[in-house]
Amino acid sequence: MGKSFFIDLTRCTACRGCQVACKQWKKLPATETQNWGSHQNPVDLNFVTYKLVRFNELEDKGGLQWLFFPDQCRHCVEPPCKMMADSYDERAVIKDELTGAVIYTQFTKAIEGMTGEELCPYNIPRMDEKSGVWSKCDMCYDRVHNGLMPACVQSCPTGAMNFGDREEMIELANKRLEEAKKRYPEAALGNVDDVRVFFLFQKKPDLYHKWAVAEAGIPSAPLTRRSLLAGLGAPFRRA
Amino acid sequence: MTNHWIDLKNADCVLMMGANPAENHPISFKWVMRAKDNGATLIHVDPRFTRTSAKVDIYCPMRSGSDIAILGGMIKYILDKNLWFKEYVTNYTNASFVVGKDFGLKDGVFAGFDPKTGSYDQKKWAFELDADGEPVKDPTLQNPRCVFNLLKAHYARYDLKTVSSISGASEKDLVKVYDAYAATGKPDKSGTIMYAMGWTQHTVGVQNIRAMSIIQLLLGNMGVAGGGVNALRGEANVQGSTDQALLYHIIPGYLKAPLASLTTLADYNKANTPVSKDPKSANWWQNTPKYMASLLKSMWREPDLDTAYSYLPKLETLSAKGYSWLVMFDKMLQGQFKGFFAWGQNPACGGANSNKTREALSKLDWMVNVNIFENETGSFWKGPGMTPAAVKTEVFFLPCAVSYEKEGSISNSGRWMQWRYRGPKPLGDTKPDGDMIMLIMDKVREMYAKEGGAFPDPILNLYWDYEDDHGEFDPHRVAKVINGCFLKDVTIGDKTYKAGSQVPSFAMLQADGSTCSGNWIYCASYTDDGNMAARRSKEQTPMQAKIGLYPKWSWAWPVNRRIIYNRASVNAEGKPYAPEKAVVEWDGAKWVGDVPDGGWKPGDKHPFIMRPQGHGQLYGPGTADGPFPEYYEPLECPVSKHPFSKQLHNPTALQFSEEKKAVCDPRYPFVGTTYRVTEHWQTGLMTRYTPWLLEAEPQMFCEMSEELAKMRGIKNGDKVTVECQRGSLWAVAIVTKRLKPFKVDGQTVHLVGFPWHYGWIYPKNGGDSANILTPSVGDPNTGIPETKAFMVNVKKA
Repeated sequence: MGKSFFIDLTRCTACRGCQVACKQWKKLPATETQNWGSHQNPVDLNFVTYKLVRFNELEDKGGLQWLFFPDQCRHCVEPPCKMMADSYDERAVIKDELTGAVIYTQFTKAIEGMTGEELCPYNIPRMDEKSGVWSKCDMCYDRVHNGLMPACVQSCPTGAMNFGDREEMIELANKRLEEAKKRYPEAALGNVDDVRVFFLFQKKPDLYHKWAVAEAGIPSAPLTRRSLLAGLGAPFRRA
Repeated sequence: MTNHWIDLKNADCVLMMGANPAENHPISFKWVMRAKDNGATLIHVDPRFTRTSAKVDIYCPMRSGSDIAILGGMIKYILDKNLWFKEYVTNYTNASFVVGKDFGLKDGVFAGFDPKTGSYDQKKWAFELDADGEPVKDPTLQNPRCVFNLLKAHYARYDLKTVSSISGASEKDLVKVYDAYAATGKPDKSGTIMYAMGWTQHTVGVQNIRAMSIIQLLLGNMGVAGGGVNALRGEANVQGSTDQALLYHIIPGYLKAPLASLTTLADYNKANTPVSKDPKSANWWQNTPKYMASLLKSMWREPDLDTAYSYLPKLETLSAKGYSWLVMFDKMLQGQFKGFFAWGQNPACGGANSNKTREALSKLDWMVNVNIFENETGSFWKGPGMTPAAVKTEVFFLPCAVSYEKEGSISNSGRWMQWRYRGPKPLGDTKPDGDMIMLIMDKVREMYAKEGGAFPDPILNLYWDYEDDHGEFDPHRVAKVINGCFLKDVTIGDKTYKAGSQVPSFAMLQADGSTCSGNWIYCASYTDDGNMAARRSKEQTPMQAKIGLYPKWSWAWPVNRRIIYNRASVNAEGKPYAPEKAVVEWDGAKWVGDVPDGGWKPGDKHPFIMRPQGHGQLYGPGTADGPFPEYYEPLECPVSKHPFSKQLHNPTALQFSEEKKAVCDPRYPFVGTTYRVTEHWQTGLMTRYTPWLLEAEPQMFCEMSEELAKMRGIKNGDKVTVECQRGSLWAVAIVTKRLKPFKVDGQTVHLVGFPWHYGWIYPKNGGDSANILTPSVGDPNTGIPETKAFMVNVKKA
C-alpha cells in the first residue's frame, strides 16, 4: 500500500514552514524574487522549488476568506508522468517500491517538447532551462527510508501536513472530513483513490488553485499522448 | 503569560486581539487549533484580515487604536446582561472596595491631574480606609462608591452604537464577539486572551491590557485553565530579560529601582514594602526586604547591606519620562551620551522614529555594536542621508556567537525557564555574550584596581566569580547565583541550612544578609538537587494530564507554578469551579494539581497574593494614567474629537512637545500601522540574510484596500511612496480585500500597513525600516512607542 500524505487545509496557516523546510533538506537555492503584490513567493513552482504555499483571497456569501494551498507533487498511484516519460527513457521516472514515491532522475532530460501541464494532471513538474532535466518533490524518500517524516511534515506546527501508511492516512482523512463538515459544509477530500497526497478542502478546490484536483484541468496533451491520459485524470470525489 | 502555551488548548473561547498569532507565533496555533478541535470559538479582532483571521470563527475588523472602546463596550455588555461571575467577582476582586471621595472623572481626565507635569497625583484615587487602614468594603455591592458601581458608571458611556461609530467595527460583529466571549463567565467555562504588540505599542498600551484584565476578572477567567492574560512574547527570551530587569524602572525580580531620594536601605524598604492588616491577605510583597537584601548580597558579599545599597545607582524618577527608550534617544540626540552599547539589537531599524534614532547615534563619541551580522546600527554612519566624514562616532563591532553556540537558559512566554546546551562551538573568534561581558568587566576591574577612579568600591568589591576552569564564562555559576545560596549556616524552623548550600525556595530568603539570590522569582530553579530548568520529564498525574500540565518539564517561575493566581480557580472550600479542567484542588489534607499560590488551606487567604489586599484589581489605582481604562485617540489620529469625552489624547502620554503630530492633517490622511510577518524576525537581521526566507518575503510592502488603491490610482504590485512628518520610504503595494475602509463617526477612514523587517544594508532592493514613519510618542507607564497607529500619506512612486 505504501505511504501517503494527508493535508488538512482547514488547519493550514500558511506559515510556510513546509516550503522552507523542503528547501533546507534538499539544499535547494532560493529563487531571486520580488514582491509582486502578493505574499505568495516564489510566484510559482520552479526547478528549485518543489513545495509552494499558494495564497488566494475570496469573498463570497460566507464573507472574506484567505485560502492557503501548500502545493506539491501528488505521487499518483498510477503516475501519468511516468507513463509518458517511459516512452522517452524508462530510467527517467521511477517509483520507489517501499513508499510509492514517484522519483525523477537526471534521465528526465530525455523528455522533450512537453510542458508541466502536459506531463501532469496537477501541473507540478518543472524543467531546468539549462540542462533540460525535470524536478519535483520526491517524498523525501531518503528520510522516510530512515524512519523520518518528510521535511515538510516535520515542520508543520498545526497538524495540516500528515504522513504515514496509506490506510492510516485515509482513515485520518475520513475522520477529519466528518469533523470539518460541522464547521465547513462544503468540505471535501480530493482524489483520495488516485494519489498519495490528498487534501481536505473547506471550499471548492478550484478556489484554492486551478490545478488543485485533477478534474479542474485535464491536461491538454498533444494528440499522440492524449490517449495515454484517457481515464487517468481521475474525477474529484465528493465525500 | 499568567498561563502557558499548552494551556491555550483548555479555552472555550480564544480571543486574539492586538496580536496575529498564526503569523507571529506560529507554534501557538498548534494549541489554538486543539482548542478549536475541542469546540472552542476562535475570535480575531484586528485592523487587517491576516493569516490568523483566516482560521477563526469570528473576525471583527476595527480601526487601529480603538481597542479601549471595544473592550469598554464589552465590560458594559457583560454588566448590562448580568454575565459576570458573581461569587468570583465579589470574593476575589476589589469590586466591593469603597473608593475615596476625591476620585472622579471629568471630561475624560481623572482627579489629580497636573497639566504642568502631565501627570496625576495618585493619592486622589485611594480607597476609603477603615480604622485599621484597610479599604472599606461593601460585599453587597450596594455602596454607590464601591468599585463595582464606579465601574458600571464609568463604562455606561460605552454603548454599542458609540463604540461602533468610533472603532469602525460593526455593531453586528461587536455583538458576536461580546456574546461569544462573555459566555465564558459561566463558572466551568474559560476564555483566554492572546495579545502582543498590537496592544502594547500604543499611548494607552497598559490600559488596553488593564481593560482586558477587568473583563477576565468579571468573567472569572484569571487563575483557571484556558484563561489568564497572555502576552505573546516576541523574542525567545524576552520574558527572561524582563525578569532580569531589562527595563528602566525595575531591578531583578520586579523590585522597584531605587530612587535617589531613598538614601538608605531602610528608606528603600519602607517605601517599597506594602502593609496589610487583613489576616487573610498574604501581601506577598511584604517580603521585599528579604528579596532586596538577597539581591544586594548576590552582587556584594563582603560589604554590609547598607554599604551594598549605597553602591546601587539611583534614579530621579521611575516615570517613563525619565529613562525609557524614547527619552534615552532624545537625550542622545541632545549630546548627553558619550558612549552606547548596542548589544543584540538594531535600534536604527527597531526603534520608533528611525531617522531621529540614526541622527542621535551620530552625536556619540563611541558605540560598541555586538551582533552576529553587520547591521544598520553599526553602519549608520554610511547609511542614507549620512556623510561619513562628518560623523564623529567611532564604532566598534564585536561579532557574537549565535544562540546555538551558547549554553544557558531562555524563559519563554509561559515563564518556563528552559536550559539549552551548546551545539557547535562558536565560529572563528566570535564569543558568547557572557564571555564578552566577563572580559570587559575583568578589564574594567583591572583598570580600577590600577588607576583608582571616582567610585571604585562597587567595582572592586563586586562578587565576580563566573569563570570556569578553562577561563571561560560559566552559565551554571550565573544560574546558581540567580537562584541564590546561604552565606552562613541558617536555621529555619527545625532545619539548618549549611553555608554554601543552594536556597531551596524564596520562602527561605532572609533580610539580614545571610542569603544571596540574584533574582528571587528564580529561587528554586537551581537547587542542590540540580538544574531544574534542564529537566525534560513528561511525568504527570492524571489530573495534570487533563490540562496539559508537565510539572517536571523545565521549570516555571514562581516555584514551578504553571498557572498563577490559581487559588482563584477554586471556591472557599477548595473545590474547582471547573472540575473537568481543574488546576488545583484541596483533597481534604493537601493541594493537588499545580503548585498552589501559597499552601494555606482553602479560604484562609485571598487568591491574588501579589496585591496588598489580595484581590484582583477591577480598579487599578497604581497606573500613571488612571484607575479605569478610558478612551483616548492615538497621538496621531484621523479625528478631531471622539464621543467619550472632550479629552482627545491620553493627557499623560510620553511625548516631546517640539515634535509635531498629525491630527486630522489633510497631508497625512491615512492611518498607518506596523507589524511583522512569519517569514522575518524583528528588524530582519537574522532572516534577511536567510535566502529561503527572503525568497518568500523579499521586499518592503504596503498593504492597502482596493478602495484606497483606486482613489490613489495605485495598482497591485506598483511601487508607492509612504510619507509622514518624520520621513518617507518606498514599498510595493499589496492591494487586497483583506483591508477595508472604516466608517468612523460617519467619515471614511483608510488604514495602510507595513512590516518593519527591512533595512538599507541588505538586500539592496529590499527597502528600509517602517520605523522611519513611526512617532516618538509612548505609553506613560512603560514608554513603549506608539507604532501601531499613526498618520501617513501614500502615493504612487
